[in-house]
Amino acid sequence: MDQIIVQILNGLDKGSAYALIALGLTLIFGTLGVVNFAHGALFMMGAFCAVITSKILSSSHKVVDDTRTDFLGNPLEVDVFYVQDWFGEAAGAAIMDWAVPLAILISIPVMILIGFIMERGLIKHFYKRPHADQILVTFGLAIVMGEVIKYYFGANPIQTPAPDALSGRVDFGVWFGYGPNAIVYPMWRLVYFFFSATIIAAVFAFLQFTTFGMVVRAGMADRETVGLLGIDIDKRFTFMFGLAAAVAGIAGVMYAPIVSPAYTMGMDWLVLSFVVVVVGGMGSLPGAVLAGFVLGIIESFASMPSIVNLLPGINQIVIYVVAIAILLLRPRGLMGRKGVMED
Amino acid sequence: MLGLNKKDSTLMLVVIGLVVFAPFLLNPFPEGSAMAQFNAGYPDLMQRFVIFGILAIGFNILFGLTGYLSFGHAAFLGVGSYAAIWSLKLFTLNVIPAIIFAIVIGGLFAWVIGKISLRRSGIYFSILTLAFAQMSFAMAYSVLTPITGGETGLQIKNTDNPLLGGPTDGSIGRANLFGAEMGNSFELGFGNWVFTFNLGYYIAALAMLVAFYLSIRIFRSPFGIMLRAVKSNQNRMNYTGLTPKVYTLYAFVISGMYAGLAGGLMVAMDTQVGPERMFWTASGEIVIMTILGGAGTLIGPVLGAGSIKYMENILSKINKDVLHQWFAFLPDGLEDAMVVFADIFVGKQWHFTLGIVFMLVVIFLPGGLVEGAQRLSARFGRKKTTDTAADSSAGTPAE
Repeated sequence: MDQIIVQILNGLDKGSAYALIALGLTLIFGTLGVVNFAHGALFMMGAFCAVITSKILSSSHKVVDDTRTDFLGNPLEVDVFYVQDWFGEAAGAAIMDWAVPLAILISIPVMILIGFIMERGLIKHFYKRPHADQILVTFGLAIVMGEVIKYYFGANPIQTPAPDALSGRVDFGVWFGYGPNAIVYPMWRLVYFFFSATIIAAVFAFLQFTTFGMVVRAGMADRETVGLLGIDIDKRFTFMFGLAAAVAGIAGVMYAPIVSPAYTMGMDWLVLSFVVVVVGGMGSLPGAVLAGFVLGIIESFASMPSIVNLLPGINQIVIYVVAIAILLLRPRGLMGRKGVMED
Repeated sequence: MLGLNKKDSTLMLVVIGLVVFAPFLLNPFPEGSAMAQFNAGYPDLMQRFVIFGILAIGFNILFGLTGYLSFGHAAFLGVGSYAAIWSLKLFTLNVIPAIIFAIVIGGLFAWVIGKISLRRSGIYFSILTLAFAQMSFAMAYSVLTPITGGETGLQIKNTDNPLLGGPTDGSIGRANLFGAEMGNSFELGFGNWVFTFNLGYYIAALAMLVAFYLSIRIFRSPFGIMLRAVKSNQNRMNYTGLTPKVYTLYAFVISGMYAGLAGGLMVAMDTQVGPERMFWTASGEIVIMTILGGAGTLIGPVLGAGSIKYMENILSKINKDVLHQWFAFLPDGLEDAMVVFADIFVGKQWHFTLGIVFMLVVIFLPGGLVEGAQRLSARFGRKKTTDTAADSSAGTPAE
């Protein structure tokens, strides 16, 4: 039983990353009708926002410390961090420690800006072109973004630790009446899950309970009529693209402590998140979230040792098997609507 | 000639000429000169030109004609490779059976996957093929290790004992064609130039010419017209009493066989296989090649494959030292700035250049290099042979 709870936690954790990326993809597809193969790259950009933030915050300058000497007898040069200069020793150290959560604040405007530039500069010109062209051009963009990151940060993964206070482990089982140390789980992963759930809820609330969201939903259902009512729907859709980019970016920022960011992560996540979107049903937001969590949980159950012993390699392929089965049995995906992408 | 009209015959002859004289054409710069690094006339690279040419020609039969964008074509390449290496290991070191096995197995595999994937179209088809290819990759990597060698892949070992004779002295067997090894080369020195004629290259080139000829015949056949009909209007096809799915499946299997052939040739040239050959980025590369050259045109995919493999090999060899040599004529500060700027595009960064070029092509030249050549020739009012030979459907770019 405790094994099962751990796997469910693992699944929720992985699933929340899938769900966030798939949510953004579906937002873009549902509003603008564009299949965005560069969405994984946006996730990666977010992760690198965390890397950049922690690099900036830990930038330092050398100060000669007269009271100490190095082994040659010269005065010792000590690295002093700028943040510690400005905010004092303890506060500076805390700021550096909390670099990843702070990166969220930076990543939101950055990602919205990247989204705006992408939409206005490139994607705008592809609305009338076939889906295949959209796939191809965004695929090219994903390659370019990956290479830019590789140029500045190198090909190796960069470790970006979570704050000390959140990087320990939680004795999860105790909360549910198990003995101590029965179920121990990394705290940051729990944080990630709750954080993602909050973001997902916020996006849905935004669409459901604000006037802006209402207009966007109306535009998704019938773009032309909304336009005829005198609403500049394009502007709002551009903003939704920025929002989707920001969602992917935040997902990336928070994921940085779990898997060290590398320039390949965009491509790695892209394939899986597309599978998630298609399983959920193209254009359905709840479907994307549901499929994200379901596939995450299925994947983590499939990687349980007892199951892997029974069917070796199943953990590698289970997502694809499920995706193929669902596409063939339920062509519209779990919650797909009629008439969306059914050419 | 051989059932081709005049235009196609000219194109075929041009391609034959280019392929046969490639060792000369690709080595225009003398050894030891500063430009020698732009030479591409060495066997390894020439083999890759023609093998990836075959792959792209095959992909083009599916994507260029029917418009079905398969994102999992590398799977057939990989399956063909595995089939070929097992033939070399178990059956005979002769490459002919290996290549035949590769084609057959590639085609069968494509039939199974196509049968399932073609139940959907559009983006779903792309995702399904992608999922199948990733699944094959993951399985080759893990579950199927006894067959595929897992992460290390497969090579010919000295313990292998092919049915029809292998080396008896315990040495590692080499792929051959009735005794002549693939690596056999004849070097022709001429002044400072050295031209290498490699047996492996000419075998691959022959296969590529046959593949190209067949693709012309398919493009011009009633079957090819059916495939174009699949792309332009499936409903109308249905109403006329034709089944689009069947034709598309044939196209899928044919392009799978082409990929199998390419895989078999790869193994024949360099007797090893690893699962990374099936990874989805490899499939992406095939797509990029075809689009870059011009999907739906005859010569486009070959051009695309050639230019990408050329970029991969030549651009990635340029490093900062070379750049410093090039910009040596500039004043020091400017030189450094130019080197830093140019360094973004070359060396390990060559994928960046590839991405940019690919995006530019998709945005401005949906018909690829062929369309570019056509526009240029239209602007200057002259028609070059390769342009007139470009397929008539070049006007309707890929979808």
